Amino acid sequence: MTTASLPSNKIDIVGEGKNFLRFILRELKPKGKLLTPFNAISIPIIALAAILLFIRFTKGLGSITNLSQEYPWGLWIGFDVITGVAFAGGAYVLTFIVYILHVEKYHPIVRVTVLNGLLAYIFYAGALLLDLGRPWHVINPVIGNSFGVSSVLFLVAWHFMLYMMAEFLEFSPAIAEWLGWRRIRKVLGSLTLGAVIFGICLSILHQSGLGALYLMAKGKIHPLWYSEFIPILFLVSSIFAGLSMVIFEGSISRKVFKYKMSHEHHIKHDDIVLGLAKICAGTMFIYLFLKLLVFVHGQHADLLMTPMGYWYLLEIVGFVAVPCILFVHAVRSGKVSVARVAAILSLLGIVLNRLNVSIIAFKWDAAVRYVPTWMEVEVTLAVICAEIWVFRWIVNRMPVLSESPAWVLGRASRPSGITDISRRHGIDRLKKEA
Amino acid sequence: MGASSEEKQRPRHADPPKSTLDRRSFIGALGLAGIGVATRATSAAAQTPGVAEVGVLVDTTKCAGCRMCEVACAQANGLPMPDHSPEALAQERTMSETQRTVVNRYETDKGTVSVKKQCMHCVQPACASACLTRAMLKTHEGPVVWRGNKCMGCRFCMVSCPFNVPKFEYHSANPKIEKCTLCWERLNEGQEPACVANCPMKALTFGKRTDLLREARKRIVENPDRYIDHIYGEQEVGGTSWMYLSAVPFEQLRFRTDLGTEAYPTLTKNFLYAVPVVLTLVPGFLLAVSNATKRGDESSEGET
Repeated sequence: MTTASLPSNKIDIVGEGKNFLRFILRELKPKGKLLTPFNAISIPIIALAAILLFIRFTKGLGSITNLSQEYPWGLWIGFDVITGVAFAGGAYVLTFIVYILHVEKYHPIVRVTVLNGLLAYIFYAGALLLDLGRPWHVINPVIGNSFGVSSVLFLVAWHFMLYMMAEFLEFSPAIAEWLGWRRIRKVLGSLTLGAVIFGICLSILHQSGLGALYLMAKGKIHPLWYSEFIPILFLVSSIFAGLSMVIFEGSISRKVFKYKMSHEHHIKHDDIVLGLAKICAGTMFIYLFLKLLVFVHGQHADLLMTPMGYWYLLEIVGFVAVPCILFVHAVRSGKVSVARVAAILSLLGIVLNRLNVSIIAFKWDAAVRYVPTWMEVEVTLAVICAEIWVFRWIVNRMPVLSESPAWVLGRASRPSGITDISRRHGIDRLKKEA
Repeated sequence: MGASSEEKQRPRHADPPKSTLDRRSFIGALGLAGIGVATRATSAAAQTPGVAEVGVLVDTTKCAGCRMCEVACAQANGLPMPDHSPEALAQERTMSETQRTVVNRYETDKGTVSVKKQCMHCVQPACASACLTRAMLKTHEGPVVWRGNKCMGCRFCMVSCPFNVPKFEYHSANPKIEKCTLCWERLNEGQEPACVANCPMKALTFGKRTDLLREARKRIVENPDRYIDHIYGEQEVGGTSWMYLSAVPFEQLRFRTDLGTEAYPTLTKNFLYAVPVVLTLVPGFLLAVSNATKRGDESSEGET
């Protein structure tokens, strides 16, 4: 895929190959200052996690986690996987809006959202490997005769894998633009719609599938949280979880990667955020309505006046209803800052909901409750830091937040307010940054 | 004892007992047994589950609480001897990664009752339907067994099991799932499970599940004062291979009586049925919407 596929003339293929290698090596090097506050914090975190994981793989899961026979799934599943994947839901929602409904307004944020989604799956779903007791058998459901087709986890595992490929395809034009592969960029671009449709189907199924994992935990999850409708609740909440993440992440990227952001993106930012706030408010209202139906259907009104009931009300009122109202307020008054606060609250609500189902309301009456060790938290932080590292590396090199190179824009009908940014092998950008 | 006592000597009815069975052919036999086995909720229902399967009937009114079964189980499975010190016995003990069965004493309306607990070997097991590698396998003969060459250690079986049976070795770099296998290897050698063979009170009866049910009903009918009219495991979670008779309501013996009679795999059935529906209907719908909303000036090429 490297030298041979370069769209250059065949005579100078060796020279091109050398140039390409030099380009890759140059791009691999860090750009900018090494001693930033984020690096100063994240490098020790990742280094410590590496030591902890070495202990974990030599001495067993019990050596660094508080997992027990009562609580087989802890923070690494409940937060990293179940919550992380809900946060990554923005990718399928936005690709639906932009590629299926053709709402061009959201085009500037599609790429960064897909990248975030892809990295979230790679890192958070990848964190699943850390939690597997016998990870060397992870290939069993993929090859051989070990297909547990009656298992929800089988479905989720396959969908994770396929969805990562779909998201990679969706993102791949950005890689081709970075490398200057014009012809390949054209081919990859033509695959986008197919990847998007496939990705949306997979997302519907595995977002709900993560909830379906807990269907057989009937009798272990507190009745206020257990319902046969968990899959639908997980699916609907992944919509506003994902979009809230897009709003939250966008407000950070806007500051951190200000120099990278395209002019178009900058101008439209507030408009986009308020549009997303509208969708969030709508889906949260639907979610609240579903929650009410499930609550009435479950006939557990008497449990509301117990400690777990108060906890349930805090989640529903404080972290779904309140942000829902805030989103409506943000849309009405046009205040982006209110939408950001609402996004943060609704993200906390999702963390609360997913941890409730997977840990807090799970065996709520057990004699010994699961509380993660500091080491489990540490490894989770390291996973997040590692993801941010890769995100930063890509955003600083590929046209993610910034405009595509001129040779792409010239061909496409996309409106463009900015001038030519030639990025053949990223040379211009390198000069600019130096 | 009637029909079931005949079964005692010949636990396997379909095949003659195999006396020599090395590990490889054992795993091979498991593989064969796996073909068409009822891991899927639908196929399980079609096979009228529970008919050909073996199981054990526990008469809690006969159990003296001697814990010989615990010792026999540990010996048969190469596990450490159970801790029978007074401190250990002071509280309710649970199965663990080093102990596949436990006997606890419970204070009930009719005095102290001892109860042995272990994997119930459900007719339609949640663990087997949860297993994405088919490591947890419901054999034709009834026992639910675990296969280390398949398992990836995800512990979804532990999340799903209504009885909290599978246990995981958290302090091993090569961890196993530990649970009662109904002495599957001994069954293949034509022997009874170790606990049944070593019960001095004859509180445990091994046999075909249907025969055991008949025997249990007979005992209830003949001794209405001795037993309550409930066989735990006949209906619970769709039926289990281990079944219990008791003099007192099962709540008093710390059995879960709120699990319902529906087999656990049916809880996920509707969701799994939705998968092919979504995968076939949604793509066409999305493609149609995409075409319908496309602006005239757009090129047919996708673009990110």
